[in-house]
Amino acid sequence: MDGISLLTITVLAVFVGFEVVSKVSSTLHTPLMSGANAIHGIILVGAIIVAGQAADPWVLAVALLAVVLATANLVGGFVVTDRMLEMFRGRRDREGPR
Amino acid sequence: MSFLDPTWTGLLYLVAAALFILALMGLNSPRTARRGNLVGAAGAALGVVTVFLSARLDNIPWILAAIAVGTAVAAPVARRVKMTQMPQLVAAFNGVGGGAAALVALLELAHTGDAWVRLAIAFTLLVGAVSFAGSAITFAKLQELMTTRPVVFRGLPVIMAAVLLAAVGAAVAVVLTGSLPLALALLVLGLAAGVLLVLPVGGADVPIVISLLNAFTGLAVAASGLVLGNVLLLVAGTLVGASGTILTRAMAAAMGRSVAGILFGAFRGGSTAGSTAVSERPVRSSSAEDVAVLLGYAQRVIIVPGYGLAVAQGQHTAAELAKALQLRGIQVDFAIHPVAGRMPGHMNVLLAEANVPYEELKEMTEINSEFKTADVALVVGANDVVNPAAKTSSGSPIFGMPILEVADARQVVFLKRSMRPGFAGIENELLYEPQTTLLFGDAKDSLTKVLGAVKAL
Repeated sequence: MDGISLLTITVLAVFVGFEVVSKVSSTLHTPLMSGANAIHGIILVGAIIVAGQAADPWVLAVALLAVVLATANLVGGFVVTDRMLEMFRGRRDREGPR
Repeated sequence: MSFLDPTWTGLLYLVAAALFILALMGLNSPRTARRGNLVGAAGAALGVVTVFLSARLDNIPWILAAIAVGTAVAAPVARRVKMTQMPQLVAAFNGVGGGAAALVALLELAHTGDAWVRLAIAFTLLVGAVSFAGSAITFAKLQELMTTRPVVFRGLPVIMAAVLLAAVGAAVAVVLTGSLPLALALLVLGLAAGVLLVLPVGGADVPIVISLLNAFTGLAVAASGLVLGNVLLLVAGTLVGASGTILTRAMAAAMGRSVAGILFGAFRGGSTAGSTAVSERPVRSSSAEDVAVLLGYAQRVIIVPGYGLAVAQGQHTAAELAKALQLRGIQVDFAIHPVAGRMPGHMNVLLAEANVPYEELKEMTEINSEFKTADVALVVGANDVVNPAAKTSSGSPIFGMPILEVADARQVVFLKRSMRPGFAGIENELLYEPQTTLLFGDAKDSLTKVLGAVKAL
């Protein structure tokens, strides 16, 4: 993809990123941070690409280390966010069935 | 085996990116937050499956094994972590993500001759390493493996400036030459910068720094997307970088701080360190029975929960005590400081778990004017968020943070473990005021005793 398209995508993503969190209440700051933290675990895709192209054993070893770290970020991030949000459920149940 | 053509790959990545945006939108409201998180996980799963289908990859068994190892380590820890330890776990996951981005960039250096790509590589190396090392220090502080107080030493600003200058020099050299040893040097300098960045940050500000480092990792991932020409990484990383920046500012604003003040405040003067000494000044300590009498014959009680309640897992006992007082016709509310505990929203989550009705959880702005009408403010394991030093002592590390005005209540009761100062390491003058009573002990034990005594009244 050419440079200007990548730049366009980047700038638009910046605006979307600003917009989606601009009105969130302080109650949800931590789960939101944790959820965003999980999303950047998608670096796993990059780690898989690099590991899949590795020919040299040392390169493969480093790439696999990246895969392990990225997986921990991705999987752990979503699980811990779910744990946090689980605790909000009690409150909703008390508000009665919707 | 045939592979997806680039159009299909691009489309699937687009769907994954859209799912990430929907996830962040869902996380905006308590009602949709949990679903939002699952939508994000679905986007991530789609992205990972797509990369396996999109190109011929070697070493697939190894890669799957590495994914299994990462999952086997992270999922059980995330599943079982205690509520009080979630912030450091988020810091740890953030750090390893930054580390992964830096490693990916390092390995891509050999595959490119393009100066722009090398610039993106240098950026990813530096920012990823800062995030990794910074998160490691944050983790150590929150886990109390090291002091939670700001670590400052003479010459720190000079060393920091030297490291950053050297890093910029190394980055320029990497862009010009593509040399691997220089890239490794840049990585090491980034690690040093990360350590130096977080060392001077005081304990109470650590959650804000986690959020900032989270945004850093996002930017590193976005840059690695440019390195690999992968749009999904670019969009997801940019989203996190941008939303993380806004979130960091919002968190800092909730504490009445500026992000620059938190990062560089300790550089400017030694006075932000606060006091370590446990004071010998007299305080009025009391028994659970006396506290029960104070509470049981009040008309209005406001409970101020803090980190001590979370550590002691006393939320259920606190909820029971509130119920017992309400049965006596007493109006009871919980006053929630936005940063009570060690992460914003900590107390809301904790008390929601103990089935405290939502209407009884009052936000700071809503409740602060009502302390005047309260007979007793019961402070359970909170300290910094009620410390008047935030208003009066301009040298204090928490100066400027809005606090709960518990001093306005007729009586103030502190349930505290000891006279040790709070997480920010500053003494609380309120403890020595004549209207203040202290009950020493673990928050849950004290609450249980007080609850028993209230029931016996």
